[in-house]
Amino acid sequence: MTERPTRRALLRGTIAVAASAGLGTALLRSDGMRPKAGFLGAMERWNERFQRALFDPDRMSPELPERELTRDGAFPAYRISAEIPRAPAGWVLDVGGMVARPRAFSLEELMRMTRADTRVRHHCVEGWTAVAGWHGVRLRDLAEIVGADPRAGYVEFRSFDEGYWSSWDRESALHPQTILAYGRNGRLLDPAYGAPLRLYSAVKLGYKMVKYLVSVRFLGAKTGGYWEDQGYEWFAGV
Amino acid sequence: MRGPVHPWAIRLLHWTSVVLLVVMAGSGLQILVAFPSFGPQGEPSRWYPWHGSPPPKLLTIGQWLAGARHWHFAFAWLFVANGVAYLAFLFATGEHRERLFRPRRDAVGALQMLAFYLRLRREPPPIALYNPLQRFAYTGAIVLGAVSVASGLVLYKPVQLPLLRALFLGYDGARAVHFFALGALALFTVAHVLMVLRYPRTIRAMTIGQARDD
Repeated sequence: MTERPTRRALLRGTIAVAASAGLGTALLRSDGMRPKAGFLGAMERWNERFQRALFDPDRMSPELPERELTRDGAFPAYRISAEIPRAPAGWVLDVGGMVARPRAFSLEELMRMTRADTRVRHHCVEGWTAVAGWHGVRLRDLAEIVGADPRAGYVEFRSFDEGYWSSWDRESALHPQTILAYGRNGRLLDPAYGAPLRLYSAVKLGYKMVKYLVSVRFLGAKTGGYWEDQGYEWFAGV
Repeated sequence: MRGPVHPWAIRLLHWTSVVLLVVMAGSGLQILVAFPSFGPQGEPSRWYPWHGSPPPKLLTIGQWLAGARHWHFAFAWLFVANGVAYLAFLFATGEHRERLFRPRRDAVGALQMLAFYLRLRREPPPIALYNPLQRFAYTGAIVLGAVSVASGLVLYKPVQLPLLRALFLGYDGARAVHFFALGALALFTVAHVLMVLRYPRTIRAMTIGQARDD
């Protein structure tokens, strides 16, 4: 019995030292310039699992009334090219990868498909929000037309905003509020917002929504993206 | 044996929470740099006077937006774990009875203590381990931590957590609350440090420990 206080003290000491050492190591192994390495990298992998578990493919972002629309000119439009990119002559969207019937779609063909409209809150990684109405085709409809392989767990989007691209998990890409948009607020898409065709979604941060699309590829493995390769998180769901 | 003023676990978790709070505040302010404004685009909130002015660089952690977000979302887990462990310890040992604010028991005493500090009253109310105003302040800090976590979850997953989002009146509401909670925690910290400097022997009780002498 006389041993007990000592053993308890030893246990407490061990816990205290372990907790302090653990926290100290986490701090020392965190570098904002290398966010995919060390403690931050390990936690990003954990957070990706957490986000995927939290993502419900049937949960919709609320469709908003027209009065919520962000006033003209106040909705930021980002690109990486110095000038607003212009669609090359004879532009088509290439859809391929792990699909049964790879093919190209002209804008007219896409506009003849069932139209989907969505007016939801846009969440930028910077912390701002804005609202616009977007018109286009559901990516899930397109996936059905080309016969996307169920084993393709990822979708990659490429752009003629030279060098811009991103890749998504299949579940988010096939969410009913993920569309390839050719229109915005009742008109054809402005070049500033990604004409002729851009990705739009209620379930991802803005940098995942590739503008000026040229190709959609269904893939069996995860790839990266323009911002993702520089250190921004890959999943980026909202 | 009467044991120490502050049990070992409380001392440990107090200091880890200090470190984690600094990390969360610093990385949060670096995230704020990317959009130092409140309210949706086109509708800047009237209550915020510093639209467009980023917080001082000295107060930030993570160097850039992506780095700060990784810091924030990594250490958030430790911040939550720390808070849960603290509350679990309080309730498992019964320490919560002496430490947490109970409005019925403590509200009058807290006001009396405030009056005493403001020299409106000559005698303080009866003081046990803490005076009632201390209980109010420390419990308030825990509540602010919980509010930060809840509003932060809305900012992290605004679409996936609809009930929590509604509680904070949407994403932009949650972002304002998240910022106010940080401001309130900063005020708490300033007041707390000033009081510790006025009663320096509390430092010993919260570090190497001190036996209860009452």
